[in-house]
Amino acid sequence: MPKYLLLKHYRGAPAPTNDVPMSEWTPEEVTAHIRYMEEFADRLRANGEFVDAQALSQEGTWVRSDGPGRPPVTDGPFAETKDLVAGWMAIDVDDHERALELAAELSAAPGAGGEPIHEWLELRPFLQAPPTVRE
Amino acid sequence: MDEGLLRELTPVVLTALVRRGADFAAAEDAVQEALLEAWRVWPADPPRDPRAWLVTVAWRRFLDATRSDAARRRREDGVGEEPAPGPVSGVDDTLRLYALCAHPSLSPSSAVALTLRAVGGLTTRQIAAAYLVPEATVAQRISRAKRSLAGVRFDHPGDLGTVLRVLYLVFNEGHSGDVDLVVEALRLTRQLAAAVDDPEVHGLLALVLLHSARRDARTDADGALVPLARQDRSRWDTAAVAEGVAVLQAALARDRLGEYQAQAAIAALHADARSVEETDWVQVVEWYDELVRLTGSPVARLNRAVAVGEADGPQAGLAALAELDEALPRYTAVAAHLHERAGDPVLAQQLYGRAAALATDAAERHHLTRQAARLHGDRTVQ
Repeated sequence: MPKYLLLKHYRGAPAPTNDVPMSEWTPEEVTAHIRYMEEFADRLRANGEFVDAQALSQEGTWVRSDGPGRPPVTDGPFAETKDLVAGWMAIDVDDHERALELAAELSAAPGAGGEPIHEWLELRPFLQAPPTVRE
Repeated sequence: MDEGLLRELTPVVLTALVRRGADFAAAEDAVQEALLEAWRVWPADPPRDPRAWLVTVAWRRFLDATRSDAARRRREDGVGEEPAPGPVSGVDDTLRLYALCAHPSLSPSSAVALTLRAVGGLTTRQIAAAYLVPEATVAQRISRAKRSLAGVRFDHPGDLGTVLRVLYLVFNEGHSGDVDLVVEALRLTRQLAAAVDDPEVHGLLALVLLHSARRDARTDADGALVPLARQDRSRWDTAAVAEGVAVLQAALARDRLGEYQAQAAIAALHADARSVEETDWVQVVEWYDELVRLTGSPVARLNRAVAVGEADGPQAGLAALAELDEALPRYTAVAAHLHERAGDPVLAQQLYGRAAALATDAAERHHLTRQAARLHGDRTVQ
């Protein structure tokens, strides 16, 4: 029963079919989009396929160690960073086909004009627990 | 508090309620509630007769739920309904309960969750912790599964094949939270084998025993994966090996071979060898031939290529590998191993690196990365 991450990008994904920035939608279209995502998560919960859903803020901080006893060094945000994750849903499903089906369903969330965005989502399998039988 | 006893009694109490006429779904809920009550009450106030205690509490919970359901129905529909007495069955209920929980209409994840709760006596929370999903997700799987089973009669003869697949899934995924699912799979398979006289049930029991025997030796002190060839065989559980071999021999003697007996036979040949060199690889290959014949499984073909590499040399192993689909999981890892043995460390190093990127579990990925690093280091030293 593999787990998958459905990754939604602010930036870095190929352009969707219905490519209008969210800031140019009508307020009703934004509401409809958010409702679609919530209902999708509710369906996952009812199906027993839900693990987690989170949205990330657009801006973060880059952090690194600067050696023992020294404060962490921070930098950014970098506007030029190509890939920017917007959020994710984690699912636990019976097989890869089911994961693809759910990703496609989420990708069809409505956007401008109430039409499906058909945005590209990145589907990443979680590394699993090692199987008992290997040979 | 004897958790083992509680788990053992779960299916007994559940079938007692079903025999008294409770429908399966309501009975299972009532038993789960009785279990949670036992967890709460028993530590301070252990019952003299745990089974009777559980039956009484579960039956009371069942009646309460039925009464409030019936009252609600009366309010809603104006009809009253008492549960009809169910058929009293003299035939063995154990297999029926396992088969119902592994019913072919259920998805694998639902069948696993329902089996662990209704037969295994685990709580929803324990199952969720083992599979790293929210408790509500497991609860939904179980209630959906029970809805799918609403029209299925408890006394219908079940399908043993699906039961064994569910137990194998629990065993092979090897998850653990505060309960160890390999241990639970062993317990559930042992319980089934005590009730059902079938060589494949015993084959699965032997397989689980033989792999459980090696479990401690599979990881080193740092938690890293130790492959079979490099395991400290003195750490294998000799009692579990002996039992597994005895169970397997008795099953094979009945001459009704199946996939679990064949897999167990391979595990037994490894268990029998004091070192990887002493392994009877020719026989291992023969058992893989049987397994491929029985299942047609591409994974069995891939493992057969490894065994051929040991029995007839790495070139023969590579030839066997060449017949398989490169997209198979672990194909690249096997290729790396065989090329290293064939004396091509440069290619092997590249393949280990690629195999690490393709690995589906973290332990395997770390192991393959270390293999790549080892060969890279060897090259730098030269």
